[in-house]
This record gives sequence, structure tokens and C-alpha cells, in this order.
Amino acid sequence: MTANGILQIALFFVVLVALTRPIGAYMAKVFAGERTWMHRLLRPLEAGVYKVCGIEEAGEQHWTGYAGALLLFSAVSMLLTYLLLRVQQWLPLNPQGLGNVGEHLSFNTAASFTTNTNWQSYTPETTMSYLSQMIGLATHNFWSGAAGICVAIAVVRGFARHSAKTLGSFWVDFTRCTVYILLPLAVVGALLLVSQGAIQNFQSYTNAATVEGATQTIPQGPLASQEAIKMIGTNGGGFTNANSAHPYENPTPFSNFLQMLYIFIIPAGLTYTFGKMVKDTRQGWAIFAAMSVLFFAGVFVTYHFEQAGNPNLAKLGIANAATAGQSGGNMEGKEVRYGIANSALFTVITTDASCGAVNNVHDSLTPLAGLVPLINIELGEVVFGGVGSGLYGMLLFAVLAVFIAGLMVGRTPEYLGKKIEQKEVKMMMLAVLVLAFTILGFAGAGANLGTVGSSLTNHGPHGFSEVLYAYSSATGNNGSAFAGINANTPYLDTTMGLAMLFGRFLMLIPLLAAAGSLAQKKLVPVSAGTFPTHGPLFVVLLVGVVVIVGALTFFPALSLGPVVEHFLMHAGRLWS
Amino acid sequence: MATTMTPPAADPVTLMPKKGARARPLFDPPIVKRALADSFLKLNPRTMMKNPVMFVVEVGAAITTLLAGKEMAGGAGVAGFTFQITLWLWFTVLFANFAEAMAEGRGKAQADTLRKTKTETTARRLLNGTKSETVAATQLRAGDLVLVEQGETIPGDGDVIEGIASVDESAITGESAPVIRESGGDRSAVTGGTKVLSDWIKVKITSNPGETFLDRMIALVEGAQRQKTPNEIALNIVIAGLTLVFLLAVVTLHPFAVYSVATSGSGTVPTVTVLISLLVCLIPTTIGGLLSAIGIAGMDRVMQHNVLAMSGKAVEAAGDVNTLLLDKTGTITLGNRQAVEFIPVGGMAEAELADAAQLSSLADETPEGRSIVVLAKQQYNIRGREVAEHEAHFIPFTAQTRMSGVDLDGRRIRKGATESVVEFVHEHGGTVPTELMDVTERISRSGGTPLVVADRDRVLGVVHLKDVVKGGMRERFAQLRAMGIRTVMITGDNPLTAAAIAGEAGTDDFLAQATPKDKMDLIKKEQAGGRLVAMTGDGTNDAPALAQADVGLAMNTGTMAAKEAGNMVDLDSNPTKLIEVVAIGKQLLMTRGALTTFSIANDIAKYFAILPAMFMATYPVMNKLNIMGLHSPQSAVLAAVIFNALIIIVLIPLALRGVKYKPMSAAALLRRNLLVYGVGGVLAPFPGIWIIDRLLGILHLA
Repeated sequence: MTANGILQIALFFVVLVALTRPIGAYMAKVFAGERTWMHRLLRPLEAGVYKVCGIEEAGEQHWTGYAGALLLFSAVSMLLTYLLLRVQQWLPLNPQGLGNVGEHLSFNTAASFTTNTNWQSYTPETTMSYLSQMIGLATHNFWSGAAGICVAIAVVRGFARHSAKTLGSFWVDFTRCTVYILLPLAVVGALLLVSQGAIQNFQSYTNAATVEGATQTIPQGPLASQEAIKMIGTNGGGFTNANSAHPYENPTPFSNFLQMLYIFIIPAGLTYTFGKMVKDTRQGWAIFAAMSVLFFAGVFVTYHFEQAGNPNLAKLGIANAATAGQSGGNMEGKEVRYGIANSALFTVITTDASCGAVNNVHDSLTPLAGLVPLINIELGEVVFGGVGSGLYGMLLFAVLAVFIAGLMVGRTPEYLGKKIEQKEVKMMMLAVLVLAFTILGFAGAGANLGTVGSSLTNHGPHGFSEVLYAYSSATGNNGSAFAGINANTPYLDTTMGLAMLFGRFLMLIPLLAAAGSLAQKKLVPVSAGTFPTHGPLFVVLLVGVVVIVGALTFFPALSLGPVVEHFLMHAGRLWS
Repeated sequence: MATTMTPPAADPVTLMPKKGARARPLFDPPIVKRALADSFLKLNPRTMMKNPVMFVVEVGAAITTLLAGKEMAGGAGVAGFTFQITLWLWFTVLFANFAEAMAEGRGKAQADTLRKTKTETTARRLLNGTKSETVAATQLRAGDLVLVEQGETIPGDGDVIEGIASVDESAITGESAPVIRESGGDRSAVTGGTKVLSDWIKVKITSNPGETFLDRMIALVEGAQRQKTPNEIALNIVIAGLTLVFLLAVVTLHPFAVYSVATSGSGTVPTVTVLISLLVCLIPTTIGGLLSAIGIAGMDRVMQHNVLAMSGKAVEAAGDVNTLLLDKTGTITLGNRQAVEFIPVGGMAEAELADAAQLSSLADETPEGRSIVVLAKQQYNIRGREVAEHEAHFIPFTAQTRMSGVDLDGRRIRKGATESVVEFVHEHGGTVPTELMDVTERISRSGGTPLVVADRDRVLGVVHLKDVVKGGMRERFAQLRAMGIRTVMITGDNPLTAAAIAGEAGTDDFLAQATPKDKMDLIKKEQAGGRLVAMTGDGTNDAPALAQADVGLAMNTGTMAAKEAGNMVDLDSNPTKLIEVVAIGKQLLMTRGALTTFSIANDIAKYFAILPAMFMATYPVMNKLNIMGLHSPQSAVLAAVIFNALIIIVLIPLALRGVKYKPMSAAALLRRNLLVYGVGGVLAPFPGIWIIDRLLGILHLA
């Protein structure tokens, strides 16, 4: 690791910390229905949506109503996207005349964007018309993000409210989130990216002659508008196949910095929103601190192993150390304009969150550096995490931590004044089981099927990592790929589509159920006998529970993938 | 010179009391013998199914038994790997069963002792007043009237409606000193199976056969009606959920292994035996095996303190209590006001005051009167005189005169309420020194009661009567406060007095001039604020509040109504015991948390033992994960399984006794327990498994 690299990582974190409070406080106001400085501009839009859709602004929903509304909205919007993709050939804004998308791929893509996964089994430039990109996909970048944030807010309300039957109104939360939070951030974000060179047009693809004299087709399109929300909503589905490594999507080191910040800004802010809503900001900062510990651990492991590079290359006499003239380490699959530190940082951020945008090829990471994104996803993407999903995932772990260790203070475990009892525990365990079942179940089935084997471009433990990564990414709604796997087969399209839907909705329903039950409870007043959940001890405990529960579930699988690959690499054994 | 009486020496302050009256040694041989037999009976799959974690182990053991049988049929000896694993898997199940049986056995032994007292008795049922008939006790029904005389056993639970008798209740309470039972008031309840030692009583039976207190007590200690408590169920859900997760991790390991073996072209896929071993090591068998034992032992610990908890839920709730309502009298103070000081006024000598006060109290049998006699004796060595030789005429206290006294040798000594005595002095033409009012005011404000003493027209001074706070209470309340429990003193005194006593005892709050309704309102108010309330009570008018409170500890000396309403009965009738019950409840929850944390933390080491063993042949580099340096794959798996089984046995004493508990804040407790059971749980198995591995090598077992 170089001092310069460490400094850049530190700078990123400092800016993130500085933005957490203002963004978080703003979001708390928005969801409380209070007036913000954006109201002057956007209130008419919000009110207009209510009027057109017939939404009652003061309405409240029981958790079942909230979940039902979310599921209904997701189902309808998923179906519309599916239909759009199936008929895009006959619709406008298709200068390249791209054909209709096949049924398996359409299902996979619709599921992927509805669930905030944005796994792309297709190559965008040769598959998606501009209309499909904008109406079919970019809208989901807003909606799936907003839906995730809504669930987080509803779960937090479960803790914040007491003796209450309702969790708020999904329709109102959803509208406010989109209008006041995602829209302004996306507009500003897109303009900033355009300032760095990202493109925004409806032209047909450009044919250019290269220096070598060959012809190259350069895709065009309304890219910047989709790019900003891709990061801000932790979606990750690129306008181009190269995703954030493409010069049109992510032109400069500064745009790279912005993109990483976009990913974390809402998830980090939500920790403060959470503290604000439960009327104890220390609780929010404790969650923030636990996330930060896991974040730094991930970044420095990845960075360290990437900078250390492949010892087998070093043995061949290839310079591996960083010097003023070259980066050293493992540069395979990386853009020179970002270098090792910013590639490692991007990799960790995009998998800490459920973003899945990539600025380098994860398949090319050294084994243990590749382990980090894999484990990040398998832990449930709770390190800041996806918009909303990161917070509710971490709260799930917090409840689990409080339940397991909290008994040790001699009281029925409570978190934020709410007793954690049978019903909550049942729902929380259900959510944990869904995650483990979907990832391990599908990967287990996949590892044994010939159809997956033929999709792999690598053998040995690395091939196994690719399968594991694919299902982890789908279930975790991440969407990044280890690449090296051709996922556009009917089997993989279908099973991964299902994994995404299970990973999203089967997790979210029990969490809302738990929140509904928590909201009904009385608030237990804080006393010296209360398990303190805002100090360093709790942070350590929470980190421990996340790591141990995650590690115990996935360690056997990981040991057969990246871990053994690492040992083998050092033993000089390589795989084709 | 005024001196104050020192309060009785404080007990060594500790919340966790010494061994209770019914303590038994942990491994009582008869109990162990019975538990050993029960361990096998509990193997019945239908029983095991109630414990999902151990049921998984049993199923695993059954599968490996078949595999071992097949192997042995093929010529493998008893030293075979599968056979040894099978053996230890069965041991794991048996150890868990043993723990539960041990916990139950203690209750059963207790029940047997109680049953012995339930011998066949006959009763004399009264028919319309004068006639009576002799019937078997089992024929009595609620509402029957019976006569019990000296030397007879009371045939059933009931209330004394006539008479007074001393009763030996040792069968129930274990306390040999007899107690008085009389009609009316709060000491009218009698329990079937106890014995009248002197005099006679008429008892109105209140329970039908089979539903008596003794019957319930037997059922409770035996655990016959034991239901899982809410927290126990929640914890069961967590460990069952974790078991499913691990089941999944192990089942999917098979296809992963198939892929790995195929791609590396060497080694073999782990056998079913090895996969089952990994599964059993990972699932939380330690807590799964000990969970019900912890619950039963918690109930048993309450019983050892002579408190009968009607449900495990009540014990668990005791740990959660936020507010303790404590009756002043008997709990916080010694019970009766005591004379602590003689304060002469108007230039009188203190000795003269003491002498007069004692004289006037010689016939006064109230505790206050006796304490005056004692104080005068202690301070001025004035002995109680034989007043019969004088022409003494004692004036008893009445509510109208509000004073008492004595007329002798021409003196007319009176002691009593300030206004009454002042009026008496005025009637005799005397004057009252101005300082009298200052003195009485000061005493009242300090929470005491002033008793003015006069002789005809002379005011001699004031006796300071004081509620004496029990020793060590202040420290106990401070400990409770550190644990986040608020104490509220309940008293019928006026607010001024109440505030002074509450201040002296160190309670957090007080409820003065409390009526039963006030008490009820306070409980409801606390509960509305999300707090759990515990209280003690003995009177019939306490019954509604006892029923409303989350933990209602009724005194055994109290009325049947109170005992029915509460969810615990203290057989010693010591209200202070509420604090101990709270400590036991906390200890119960802590023990569960500690063993859960320990159980999960253990898994890390087991992975390091078993995973490299599984894949060493496929990927020889996996040996790098064998950080314990276990000598062979088979011995590694076996060592982990053996450790996993033995740790259950090792922790049985902890499960039965409960983790060590000192009152401290939740933060401090958590830090300590996380270190011991969390960090300790991660580290302990490494040396444990290593040692077993070495032993297996030395014994040539693997």
C-alpha cells in the first residue's frame, strides 16, 4: 500500500463523514413530512403526484398494508418492464434498430432492476434501446431505491413509535423519497458527471476509424442521466457493458470519486436519519461506527492483496513493487486512470453497498482481495449497504446481537427500548434463513449442474468462486459479477432472477412484520439496567456478530473458493 | 445528654443470598443415579423432538449407527472411525439428557419429601354448629367447616374462622418454629398438611382435594406442568434457526466438494459421517443441550430460597423488573417504632424523664412501650420494677384520650400525643415550656413520632419513637439502583414521615398514606410507562395489586386470597426476599445468554479442526488452515466431536448453579460476560481440541 493510496481512501471517508449528518437530517425531515428548503421548488410536484394518484397524504398503513403496497407496486412495474423489453423493437428511440429481448433475459432483467440488483445478463449496447434504458431501466433505478429506503424508514418507525398500529404510508413515503431525495441528487449528480465528460444524447452509434486503421463502433445515448441514479440508488446497472470502467460513464478520477460518494451518501445518511428518528443520534452513530470498522477492514484487505500482486509473476522477474513510475501490484483488469487504491476502494464500496457498479474486473482480483466483495455481499451488504436495505439489514444484525448477548445483562433483550421477543426473533431468523438458503441452495445446485459448468471460463477454485459470486450477487441484490461466467443461459437467467426476487422480497416481508410488531410495543424506559447500544462495546459486539454469523454460514464455501485459491497461488499452482 | 440507639449491625451486604434453606449438594448421589437412568429414557424421539437442536444430533447419531453397523459387518473393528464418531454422537445426546434429568431430579427429590407429609389424614367436619362427623381429608370440599385440635394435622387449605392456635408449618416451609394462626386479619390462612401444636381452631376449607397448596407445590417443584417461558421459546427459535443455517451450510458443502474433487482431480468427497460430525459440531448443542436444564434449575434455585414460583414466567419476569414496590413495615423497617432518645424539656433531668417514661410503660405491652422500657434500662440502668407493691393504676391507651400512663404514689404520669398531653397538663394547671413544640416538630420532621411525657402539671420531656431501618438496606437499594431498578417505599405514614424514612433507607421514591387503590394506581402507572413492577403483599386487600403486578410475591403467613393472587409465595414470609428473587431471575437470563454466546463462539475453532481435515486430500494446501496442528484428518474430526460432547458435561454445573452474578450496571456486566463467554468461547476450544487430539494419538484411537 502506498501513502498516496491510503491518503485517498482517508479523504473519501472524511468527506463521507462530513456529509452524513446534513443528508441524514434532511431525510429525517422529509420522512417526517416537515418542510425543507426544497419544498418551495418541489412541493407542487409532490402534491401533484398525490392528486393524480389519489393518495391520501395523512394516510397510515398497518405493516401488511405497507408490504402489500410495496409488493403490488413492484409486481406491476416489473411486469411493465418485462413487456417493454419484449416489444422494444417496435417502439421509438431505437436508432440502432435493436430487436426484442428474449423471454428468459427479459424476466431476468426485469427482476434484476425491480429488486435493485441490476445484474446484467445482457450487453447493454447491443441489447437495449434508448427507450428501454430510460423507461424500462432508469425508472427502476429510482423506484427500487426508493422502495428500499421506504422499508428502512418503516422498520425504523417500528422502533421509534410505540403503542402504534401503523408504520406510515408506503405511497407517501415513496413519493417523498423520490421527489425530495433521489430526484434532486440525481439531477445534480448527472450534471456533475457531464462536467467531467459523461455523455447525454440520443444519437445513433458513432463509427470511428482507429489509429490502427480498423473501424470501431462507439455507442452513444442518454447516459449521464442514468449514471448518477445508478450510483445514488445503489443500483449499479451500467449503461454500457464496461460499467463504471467505461470512459463515457466514469471519465476522470474526480468522477470516480463522485461515483463512490454517490453510492454511500444515502446509506451513510440513513444511519443519522435513524438516530434522529429514534431521538438518540448516538444510536445512529454507533451503527455508522460498526459499518465503518467493517468498511476499513474490507478496504485494507483488498488494497493490501491487490498491491501485493501475484507472487508467481514476481518470481518471473516482473516488478511488483510500487514506484514513482508505475503502480506495481495487480493491475490486471484495472483502469490505469484509477490505479490500485481507487479500484480496491471502488470494489469494496460497491459490494459493501448493494450497488454492483464496477470500475474494475472483480474476476481479476487476487484471491483474498476477491474474497472481500464476496463476503461483503454474503454478510447481507450491511456495510452502509444498499439504500435502505443496508440499514434494515444492519438493524437485523443489531437485534440479533442484542438478543444473543443481551441476555447476558440479565434482562429480556431490548433494543431502543423495545423488548425483543418471540415474534421479532422469529421474523429476524426467517430473514437470515432466506439469505443463506437462497445463496447456498442455488449455488449448491448450480455447482453440480453441467449447464453452469459450461458457462464457466475458469476451472479450479476460481471457477467455484464465480458460481458462488453469481448467486451471492443475485440474492444480495448486488448485481456486480465476478465475470468469467456467461450468465445468459435459460437456466442461469431463470434461477438468478428467482434468487433476486427471493433475496429482496422474502427478506423484506419478515422485516416489515417485525417492525409492525415492534411498533405496537410500549417503550421500556432507559435505566442503568439497560443494555447500552451506543457505546464502543456495542460497536465491537455488532461487528463480531456480523462477522461470526456471516463467517460461520459461508466459511466452508469460501474456504473451497478464494481461500484455497490463495494458498494454491502461493504454492505456485495455477489454473487455466 | 441525649444519645441515640445504634441500629442493629448490618448483615454482610450481598444481593445473592447465601444458600437457601432447601439447598442440596449439586451432585446428590440419589439424584445422579436417577438422572442417569432418565438420560436413556429421554432418547425417545418423541421427547427429543421438543428440542430441535438435540433432535438433529440424535438423527445424525442414528444415521452413523447404521453406517457403523455396515462397516463392522464389512470387518471394521470397534476402533473404527465411524464407530467412534457414533459413540460420541450418542454421548452428546445423552449428556444433554443427563443435564436436563439432573435439573428435574432435584425438583423430583423435593416433591418426594413433600409427598411424605401428605399422609392420609382424617377430618372432623362440623355439621350445623355443634355436631361433627369424621371423614377422610380427601372428601372435604371447599366451604366445609372443620375443627382441628392440638396434635392434629390440618386436613386442607382454609381460613381460620374461630380460635387461635400455634401451628407447625415445617412441612411446607422447612422452618421449625411454630407460627400463630388466628381468625380474622391477615394471619388466618392455614395450609393442609401442617400441624396444630396447641389450642384449637375452626377452619373453613377453601380448596377441593387435588387442588390444595401442597398439591400445587408438588406439581410445581416436580416440573409436571412446566411450560417453556417466553424468553426460552424465543431463544429456542434462534438456535433452531441457526441449526437450519448450519444444516444448509453442511448439506451444500457436498456439491461444493464434488465440484472441488472433480476440478482438482484428487482426494475424495467427505463421507456422510464426516459431514454429520461437522454439522453436530456447528449447531449450538451446548446451549441446545443445556437450555431446559437452565430453566428448571432457575426454578429450583428459587425453591431453595423457600420461594414457590407458580410459573417459570414469573421468575423470568423478576429479572426484568424495573420497579420494586416495598412495604415499609417489615421490609424496610424492623416493623415497629422504637424509642431511640429521651429529650427532656424545661430544664428537667433526662434521667427523671427516662424513669417516668419507663414507669408509665411497664404495663404497656405494645412494641413501642416495650422499647421505652428497654431504652431506659440500657441508658440509665433503670430496671423494670415490681409495681405491684405500689398502689399502681395503669391507664390504657384509647383512641379518644390518645395517651396512656400510670397513677401511683400520688403521681399521675401520662405519655401520648402532643395535643392530648398538653391538654392534660393545662387541666392540672401547669404550663408548657415553649421549647416543647420545637422538639416535637423536629422529631416529626425527621420521620419520627414524638411521645410527650408529663407528670400532673409538669411536662418532663419527649420520647423520640423512630422507625428503625433494617441494617444494610441502603446498600441493597444502591445495588438495585446500579442494576437499573427503582425502589418505591409504600407506607401508610404521612408524607413528611415517609420522606424521612425513604431518605434514610435510600429508596428512590415513596408512596405515603397509601391505600390499596393508590398502590394499584401506582402499579398501573408504572406499567403504562413500559416498566415491570414487583411487589410483596399479604393482606386480602393486597390481592388485586398482587395480581396486577408482574411479579407478586405473597407471604405464606398471608391470606389465601393474597396467595392466590400472587405468582410467587414466600414460605418464609420475608418480604425482603423480593430482592433475591429479582437476582435469581437475572441470573437465569444471564446464564442462557452466556451459554448461547459461548456455544456460537466455539464454532470458529471447530471449523479450523474439521475443514482442513475434510479437504486435505483434495487440496493439500488446506493444511495451512490446520492451525492447531492436529495430527490426522480422522483424529481432527473425532477430537472436535469429543470436545463438543464433553463441553456439555463440563458446563452442567454452570447451567445448574447459574453464572456468577454481582450487581452492577448492564454495561459493566456485558463487558465482563462478553470477555468471559464471548472471547473465552472463541479461545477455549483450541487447546481443548488439541489436547484431545494428542490423547487420541497416544491411545492409538485415531
